[in-house]
Amino acid sequence: MSYHANEKGYYGEFGGAFIPEMLYPNCEELRQNYLRIMAEPSFKEEFHQLLKDYVGRPTPLYFAERLSEKYQTKIYLKREDLCHTGAHKVNNTIGQILMAKKLGKNRIIAETGAGQHGVATATVCALMGIECVVYMGEIDIARQAPNVARMKMLGAEVRAAKSGSRTLKDATNEAIRDWINNPVDTHYIIGSVVGPHPYPDMVARFQSVISEEIKWQLKEKEGRENPDYVVACVGGGSNAAGAYFHYLDEPKVGIIAVEAAGKGIDTGESAATSALGKVGIIHGSKTLLMQTPDGQITEPYSISAGLDYPGVGPMHAHLFRSGRGEFISITDDEAMTAGLEVSQLEGIIPAIETSHAFAIFDYKKFKKEDVVVFNLSGRGDKDLQTYIDYFKL
Amino acid sequence: MKKNRIQEKLNEDKKLLSIYFTAGYPDINDTVSIIESLEESGVDMIEVGLPFSDPLADGPTIQESSTAALHNGMHTELLFEQLKDIRKTVNIPLIVMGYFNPMLQYGVEAFCKKCHEIGIDGIIMPDLPLDVYQEEYEAIYKKYGLINVFLITPQTGEERIRAIDNASDGFIYMVSSASTTGAKSGFGDEQKAYFDRIASLNLKNPQIVGFGISNSKTFQAATEKAKGAIIGSAFIKHLTQNGTSEIQGFVEGIRN
Repeated sequence: MSYHANEKGYYGEFGGAFIPEMLYPNCEELRQNYLRIMAEPSFKEEFHQLLKDYVGRPTPLYFAERLSEKYQTKIYLKREDLCHTGAHKVNNTIGQILMAKKLGKNRIIAETGAGQHGVATATVCALMGIECVVYMGEIDIARQAPNVARMKMLGAEVRAAKSGSRTLKDATNEAIRDWINNPVDTHYIIGSVVGPHPYPDMVARFQSVISEEIKWQLKEKEGRENPDYVVACVGGGSNAAGAYFHYLDEPKVGIIAVEAAGKGIDTGESAATSALGKVGIIHGSKTLLMQTPDGQITEPYSISAGLDYPGVGPMHAHLFRSGRGEFISITDDEAMTAGLEVSQLEGIIPAIETSHAFAIFDYKKFKKEDVVVFNLSGRGDKDLQTYIDYFKL
Repeated sequence: MKKNRIQEKLNEDKKLLSIYFTAGYPDINDTVSIIESLEESGVDMIEVGLPFSDPLADGPTIQESSTAALHNGMHTELLFEQLKDIRKTVNIPLIVMGYFNPMLQYGVEAFCKKCHEIGIDGIIMPDLPLDVYQEEYEAIYKKYGLINVFLITPQTGEERIRAIDNASDGFIYMVSSASTTGAKSGFGDEQKAYFDRIASLNLKNPQIVGFGISNSKTFQAATEKAKGAIIGSAFIKHLTQNGTSEIQGFVEGIRN
C-alpha cells in the first residue's frame, strides 16, 4: 500500500475533488497537465535553478548539539527557516507560478491566514511580473499588519474577506469565488496540501524537495538516508508533506505530526483536527475537519496563526486514520516554552508553528542512538510581538 | 411507480419559474409560509436552501442569508421537522439545495429517506461531483425516488454536458455565466450565444437557467430557449427589504 495520492487524488478514503461545476474546468485543466508539466526538463531546470539561486536551497541539515544533549538523542534541524521569505512556503509558490506560466495564465490569486503564504505568493508574482490578488480575512488583516505591508510593498493587492468568521477559511472561500468568476485567465495558488485534487498532490510534490535534500544530507552526515523519525508541525500540512514525502513508503521511518491543541483539546479553543475532527468536505476535499454535528465548519483556535485551519490535508488524514503517522497535540503554553528553549539552546528563534514540534519531548521518548529530523519550517521574526507579549520581554 | 412531480411539471406547456430561498431566513419559522405564498403566487417550483457555513459558490446575498439563517438556529433536522406536513398544503415540486457536507453528516441515505417521507422531489448539491454521485449515491437517490440535478456552465465542454445529460432524469441547471450567485445582472451576447449553443445540442433533459435572473426582462431572455429560470439572490433581497408579506407582488413582477 502506498501513502501517496492515487490518480483520482485519493489518499485512502480522503481527498478527491468535491467542487461545484463552475470549478470543474479549472481543476480539470490543472489535473490533466500538472504531472506532465512537472516532468518537462525545461520546467525542472527552471524550478531547481530558482530554488538554488533565489530561494537559497539546499537549506542546511544542521546537527543540533545542545538540544541533542538535553534530550539524549540525535536531533537534526532541516533549516527551512533560511529560505527566502523565511519559511518553506516559497518552495510551493515558485513551483506554482512556473506552472501558471506554462498554462498561459496572467493573473494570480491566493488566500492567506497569517500572511506567510500571501507574502510568498506576492514575492514570486513580483519576480515574474504577474498581477497578484491575495485574499485575507478582515480580522487577520488587523492582527498581521507587517505581512499586509510586505505584500503591498511587493505590488500585490490585498483584499479583505468579510464573510463568515473573517479568517483563513473565509479567505479561502473568497479566493475560490474569485476563481469561479475568473475561470480562464487566473491561476489560484493554494498555500497548503489542501483543496481539491490535484492541489494536495501538486503542493506536496513541490514541497518534496525538503525530504529529497534530507536524504542525501543525512547520508553525508550519518551514512544513511533514512532517519528513525521525521517530525513536523501540521496546520494544513504543507511543510510536513514535504518533509515526509520521500519517507511515506519507508515503514522504518517514523512519521510524527504535531498539531496545535490551542488552550487544550477539551477547551473549545483548539486546532487539533486529528483529535477533534470528523470526516467531511472542506474546500473541495474529503478529509478530517472540525465541524458541528450538523456539518457546519467551526472556527479553530491556536496562538499560531499558521496552524488554525479547521481541516487538515487529505494525506495527513490518511496518515492518521491508517496509523502510519503518530499525531501529538501541543498547547499554546507548551509551544511557547519550547520556542524559547530552542532559541536559547541553538540560537535559532523558530516560528510559533514550528515551536509546537519542539514541544513533543514530554510525550515522545527517543532512544539515544535514534536520528530524529525536525523540519524547522519557518523563522520566528514574524512572531516576535506574540513572543514579546507572552514572555513580557 | 408514481411519476416525480418535477417530471410532471416539466411536461407542462409553459415556461417555468423556480424560486430559491434560504430556509431559516429572514426568520427561523418562515419556511412553510414562504413556500405556501410562492405556490399561491403561481411559482412552478421551489428550491429550499439548506444553509451552510461556507457556501463557496454563492455571492454575498445568499452568503449573508445563510449566515443569518444559521444564526437563527436553522439545521437539517429542524428543516425536515418544519416541512413534515408540507404536502398537506403544497403541490408544486420541492427541491432541497445545499452543500454536500451537511448532507454527509446527516447520512446520505437517512437524508434521502427523510426527503422521500416529506415529499421532496429532488436534490441539488453543487459540490457533489458527477463521478462520486454515480459511484456511491445514485442507487440511494433512485431508491427514494429523488431526482438529482446537475449544473453546467458556459465553460462545460460538450462531452461532459452529454455525460451530465445521460446521468440526469429531470432537468439540467444551466448556470448562465462564469460567476457566483447574484454576481451579474442581465445577459450579453456571450450568454445568448451560450443559450443558443446549448439549445442546439438537443439534450434529452430540459434546461432551467439560473444565476443572473432578477426581473421580468432577464426571465424572458433566459427562457427564450430554455424551459425555465431560477431566481435566488433577487428574491432573497426582496425578503430582506419587504419581509414575507409582499411575495405575490414580487412574483407578478417577474411574470409580466
